[in-house]
Amino acid sequence: MMTDVILVPKVQHKISLEAEVIKPDEFAGKTIEEIKELPVYFGNTVQKLGDFFEVSGSAEENAENLRIVVEGDVSRVKRIGEGMTTGEILVKGDVDMYLGARMKGGRIVVEGSVDSFAGQQMRGGEIEIKGNAKDYLGGSYRGDWRGMRGGRIIVEGNAGKEVAEFMRGGEIIIKGNCDSFAGVHMKKGLVIIEGSVAERVGAEMVGGSIIVLGEMANLLPSFKIGEVVEGLKIDGREFPGKFRKYIGDFAEGPSVKGVIYKRL
Amino acid sequence: MSELVLKNGIVYDPINNVNGEKMDILVKDGKIVEKLNGNAKTIDCSGKIVMPGGIEIHSHMAGGKVNGGRLFQPEDHVRFAMPKTKVTRSGTGFSTPTTFLTGYLYSKMGYTTGMTAAMPPLMARHTHEELKDIPMIDKGAYCLTDGNWFIMKYLKNGEIEKCAAYVSWLLKATKGYVVKITNPCGTEAWGWGKNCRSLDDPAPYFDITPRELVKGLVEVNEILKLPHSVHLHANNCGRLGNFVTTLETFKVPNGTKPAAKRQIMHATHIQFHSYGGDTWHNFESKADEIAKAVNSNKNIVIDTGTVTLDHTTTMTADGPLEYYLQSLTHLKWMNRNVEMETSPGITPFIYSRKMPTASIQWAIGLELSLLIKDPWQVLMTTDHPNAGPFIRYPRIIAWLMSRKYREETASKVHKVIYDRSTIDGIDREYSFYDIAIVTRAGEAKALGLSDRKGHLGVGADADIAVYDINPSEIDPSRDYKEIEKKFSSAAYTIKDGEILVKNGEIVQTRYGRTLWVNSKVDGELEKEVMKDIEYNFKRYYSVNLANYPVREEVLTRSTEVTRSASV
Repeated sequence: MMTDVILVPKVQHKISLEAEVIKPDEFAGKTIEEIKELPVYFGNTVQKLGDFFEVSGSAEENAENLRIVVEGDVSRVKRIGEGMTTGEILVKGDVDMYLGARMKGGRIVVEGSVDSFAGQQMRGGEIEIKGNAKDYLGGSYRGDWRGMRGGRIIVEGNAGKEVAEFMRGGEIIIKGNCDSFAGVHMKKGLVIIEGSVAERVGAEMVGGSIIVLGEMANLLPSFKIGEVVEGLKIDGREFPGKFRKYIGDFAEGPSVKGVIYKRL
Repeated sequence: MSELVLKNGIVYDPINNVNGEKMDILVKDGKIVEKLNGNAKTIDCSGKIVMPGGIEIHSHMAGGKVNGGRLFQPEDHVRFAMPKTKVTRSGTGFSTPTTFLTGYLYSKMGYTTGMTAAMPPLMARHTHEELKDIPMIDKGAYCLTDGNWFIMKYLKNGEIEKCAAYVSWLLKATKGYVVKITNPCGTEAWGWGKNCRSLDDPAPYFDITPRELVKGLVEVNEILKLPHSVHLHANNCGRLGNFVTTLETFKVPNGTKPAAKRQIMHATHIQFHSYGGDTWHNFESKADEIAKAVNSNKNIVIDTGTVTLDHTTTMTADGPLEYYLQSLTHLKWMNRNVEMETSPGITPFIYSRKMPTASIQWAIGLELSLLIKDPWQVLMTTDHPNAGPFIRYPRIIAWLMSRKYREETASKVHKVIYDRSTIDGIDREYSFYDIAIVTRAGEAKALGLSDRKGHLGVGADADIAVYDINPSEIDPSRDYKEIEKKFSSAAYTIKDGEILVKNGEIVQTRYGRTLWVNSKVDGELEKEVMKDIEYNFKRYYSVNLANYPVREEVLTRSTEVTRSASV
C-alpha cells in the first residue's frame, strides 16, 4: 500500500533552493512536522523545508512504500531525489538541476522538463521525464571520469548536449531529438535516440552502444564504417529495419569498442 | 601576553628524554619557561597525553602544482567540505584541500608546523602567496634544485664554491628553507622527453649524472651549513625494481661530513623507492633490504610516504613519473616544464584495496616504519597527497601501535601481501614515545629546528598538543579505533602559547611564522656569481631578475634562520 506525502510550493524564488532532503529515504518514518523541519539550502543560508512548501499527507515507516508528490512548479529547486535508494517521487511540473543525481534505486517521474545534470552518476533506479531534459543527462560530476553506472532514464521529449557523458552502464532512451556530443567519453551502456541527433555523436567513446533511429548529423572522421545489419537485437530489445554500424572513436586508441548503429 | 600552566599531563618529550612522566608545562609569552609569577590560566591535563606540537616534514600543501591539482579536480572538492564557523572560513577538498582548510585540519590533529615539499624557484612567489593563506601553523618551503641549469653547469665544471654561492642566493631569493632534489637530472632530461633511469645516466647536454649532482649538492649543503640536510626524492620513484637505485643513492654522500649534528641526507617517501620485481605480476616489497641499509647507516634519515588506501592525487616535481603513472591509469594528467629549473606533473590515483600493487604499497610503508630499528631515522609521512591525504595520519599512528589493526586491514586488502611483503610477520608495536619521535621530535631534529621546536624544554616555542588519551588506561594494540579518534581531534592545540583548538574544535585562528634560511657566503664570491645570474636571466629566463626574488613582505611573520657558509 503506497502512502503519499504531498509538497506544494508556497513561494516562487529567483535564487535556487537546494533540497536533497526531498526523497523517500529522508521522509520515511517522520511526522509531517518533522518533515517541515528538514534543512534546505537557500543561497548561503540554511532554512527549513516547511518555509518553502506546504507539506501534507502521511509518511510511511518503510521508504519503499512512500511516494512524494510535488504539486506545482519547482523549476528553481535543485537536487530533488539526490542519492535516493527506494520509493517514488512524482513531480507535476518542471525541475531544476541534479534531479536524481547519484540515485541508487526507486523511481522518479517528472511531468514537466528538467534542467541539466539529471541522473548524474546514477547507479540504479529509473527516471522518467515527460518533457525535455537539458544538458549532461546521466553524465558525470564536473572533472570526474565516472558517469552513470546503472538504472534507466527515459525522456519523452528532447535532450540537450553531452547526454550520457562518461557513461559506464545502464540505459538512456530519448524519444525526441538529441543535441551535440551524445555519448561523449562513453565506456559502457546503451543510449537509444529515437529522433535525430546533432553532430559529434560518440566523440571519444571507447565502448558501449548508441542507437540512432532518426537522422544523424556528420559523424566524426575517427569512426570506422562497418557493415549493414538487418534487424538489431541489443540487451533483449529488438529494432526492426536496416542499420549501418560504425565503430570508434579511434582518436582514443587502436582497441576501442564503441558502436553507433544508425537506422538507414 | 598570557601565561599558561598545563597541569599534571603525561608528557612525552623525546628530545629531553621524557617518557610518559607526569609533569607541569609552564608557558609565558609564547615560550616554555621554568617559572611563572602571575596568575596563569590553568589547563587540567591529568589523564591526558602532552606532546610537542606535531611537525610535518614533507607535504605538498602549497604551490603551483597543488593549485593545479585543486583546479583540475572539482570531483575531489565535492567529496570533502567544511562549512564556515564563527572563527573559521569554509573550505573543500579531500586530497587537495584549500589553503585555509589545510591549516585548520593540521591544527585539529595537534600539528603546529608544516613544510611544503616542493617549490620550483620560479613559482616561489605563488607558493608564498599560498602559504600566506594557510593559518594556524608555522611554515616553510623546500626549494627545488634538481634540473637547475646553473647548478648542473657549476657542478659539471667542478666549481663547487660558485655552486654554493648560487644555492645560497637561490634560497634567499625564493625564501626557501631546504635544498630539495627531485629525480636528480631526470627532470631536466624530461625536457628532452627522456628520463634518468640510473645514477650514472647523464642529463642530456649538461652531461652530468644524478650521482654527481647529488654528491655535489650534499657538499654544497654542508658548505652552506644549512639547518636541514639535502632532501632527496631519488631517481626511479615508483618504478619496478627501484630498490637497487635507492640503496646506491644512500651511499652517494659517503665521505662527506655533516656540518651540524644531524643526518647527511634525508631520503623522502621511501615507500615509493622500495620496489622489487620486474613486471607488475612479480612486484614485491623490498622494504627489508632498505631497512637493513638504513639500520647500518646512522647518517640517513628517511620518511615513509605510507599509502593509506584512498582515492587521492599524485603530484610531484618528477614530471616523467606522472607521465608514466597516467599511462597506467589513463586518467587526466598535467605536466609542465618550469624553464631552467624543473618539470612537475599531477594525476589522480586510486589506491584500491582490491589491487595487488596498492596492497603491497600499503604494506611497504608500514614495513619501513617497523623494520627500521631507530624511530629517529624513519619519520611518518604520507607524502601528502601522493600516498594519501595527511588527514589519515591518526590512522597510520593506529596501524603502527596495533598489530591487531594491521591484521584487520591486511585481511581486507589483496592477499598477495602475505607472499610478497613481510608485514604479516612483524610483531613490533610503537609506543607513545616512538609516536612522539616519528611525528614531531624526529622532524624537528632532522630539520635543524630542535633548538625551538619539537620539544617542551625551557626556551622552546610553546607549540603543544594535548590528546585525551590516558596511557595507563588504554591499550593501543586493542583500542586502536580509540587511538585513531583521539589523534584526529586534539584536546588542545596550543601555538605560541595561545589555545587554537579545544576538544577538536578550532576556537581561534592565528597566523604562524614563515621560516627561511638566510644563507651568507663571501661577498666577492657572491658578486662573481651574480654576474652569471644576470647574464643567464637576460638570455634565458622569461622574467626579469629584479622581479624574481620574493620580498620579505609577502611572508607571514617572516622568520629567518641565519647560517654563514664556510666559503
